[in-house]
Amino acid sequence: MYSFDIERPTTLADALAALADDEAQALGGGQTLIPTLKQRLASPSKLVCLSGIEELKGISRDGDTLTIGGGTTHGTIARETAEGFPGLAGLASKIGDPAVRNRGTIGGSLANNDPSACYPAAAMACGATIVTNSREIAADDYFQGMFATALEEGEIITAVKFPVPESSAYIKFEQPASRFPLVGVFVAKYADRVGVGVTGASEEGVFRWTEAEAALGGNFAESALEGLSVSGDGMIGDLHGTGAYRAHLVGVMTRRAVAAAR
Amino acid sequence: MTKVTMTVNGKSVSGDVAGNTLLVEFLRSDLHLTGTHVGCDTSQCGACVVHVNGAAVKSCTMFAAEAEGAEVATIEGQANADGSLNTIQQAFQDYHGLQCGFCTPGMVMSAAALLKDNPKPSEQEVRAYLQGNICRCTGYHNIVRAIMAASGQEVPAVAAE
Ligand SMILES: Cc1cc2nc3c(=O)[nH]c(=O)nc-3n(C[C@H](O)[C@H](O)[C@H](O)COP(=O)(O)OP(=O)(O)OC[C@H]3O[C@@H](n4cnc5c(N)ncnc54)[C@H](O)[C@@H]3O)c2cc1C
Ligand code: FES
Ligand code: FES
Repeated sequence: MYSFDIERPTTLADALAALADDEAQALGGGQTLIPTLKQRLASPSKLVCLSGIEELKGISRDGDTLTIGGGTTHGTIARETAEGFPGLAGLASKIGDPAVRNRGTIGGSLANNDPSACYPAAAMACGATIVTNSREIAADDYFQGMFATALEEGEIITAVKFPVPESSAYIKFEQPASRFPLVGVFVAKYADRVGVGVTGASEEGVFRWTEAEAALGGNFAESALEGLSVSGDGMIGDLHGTGAYRAHLVGVMTRRAVAAAR
Repeated sequence: MTKVTMTVNGKSVSGDVAGNTLLVEFLRSDLHLTGTHVGCDTSQCGACVVHVNGAAVKSCTMFAAEAEGAEVATIEGQANADGSLNTIQQAFQDYHGLQCGFCTPGMVMSAAALLKDNPKPSEQEVRAYLQGNICRCTGYHNIVRAIMAASGQEVPAVAAE
């Protein structure tokens, strides 16, 4: 690792002040950033720890909206949404392993926008709102391709707001070594619409499979997906699988997610 | 340098650390607690698992400065007060849950975290919980058996897949 200073603010205001420095970077749970720093793929002169800021943590529900603080760990989300939003709890409980889940945060995952990250699929399917220190961004506008988001320099994800679906599920086909999804699909059923978010598959990053959304909107059953498929063009092809294989998995994971939704 | 103070295995300790000093480096190099191992240094293997405020974490993927004020528990603090092995450690010995022993500190710390939250896990739950702890030697069966024994449950003769 290159050398850097580390700051541990306890309020959002202090964190933002520390991040005003161009060379500073936020440190969430560190489960992506620390490995990146070790590989010398990032060289901030200062890291600003968000983990000591209580106002960024916690989960609250107001009617049908669930608000999750940006600094909330995967482990906390897995435990605390198990009853109210089992689809999201299921997603959180299968990220990495218990030690990763005890540190890694939803804000860090959404800010990083790894093309294989799990939460972006849920955010897209649910039409979540990404709340930052300065504005609210709709999921559709937030994700801008692999590792690219609408966030500005020094902008912090303070919370994520999810409209809670009637039923939902996330199914991923794990790449066995990293346990990141080779393809993961989040399906969310609402009274008036169905959302289908796909991660791991496209070279453009997370996307909504709108044809499946329309078909499932009329009939929320696996049979509604018969005959639907996504093209392998523009899908990620690598040593783990070709684009055509990933495209096929999108269909399979979607069917399984519909079957599993509760 | 940043000054950090934390409690490690019940004792208050402090030291001056660089921003990029990992918690595992502080434990091993500054405190000479070398029971916590570094297997991969890429967040995959779990040999470095310790508890921070009761939660299992990979100490190679956390900075020492982030543990300011925290209660840290390492393998060195696991034995009983009289120095004898605790229930989990003894079960690892009884059921041959280790061969070279490199992964063992992390395995024991993960097992302790699991049993604290879930005192009677199923075999499946034990296996799922150990997803982030890699062992190159044992093939895991005897580790799973040891943890089942430590939880006071029946030990499968040959652990199923
Ligand atoms: C072994 C292993 C397995 C994993 N498996 C999976 C998996 O299956 N699925 C999955 O989705 N992920 C997986 N992950 C990644 C994990 O979910 C990370 O926790 C997550 O990607 C990053 O969150 P973090 O809080 O650790 O962020 P950090 O690593 O601290 O930061 C990541 C990036 O986000 C920025 N950042 C952090 N917090 C904020 C914030 N609140 N606002 C704005 N920017 C911020 C940082 O500056 C940095 O650029 C795995 C990681 C490991 C080590
Ligand atoms: S050394 Fe920390 S996970 Fe391998
Ligand atoms: S006993 Fe050798 S790595 Fe597990």
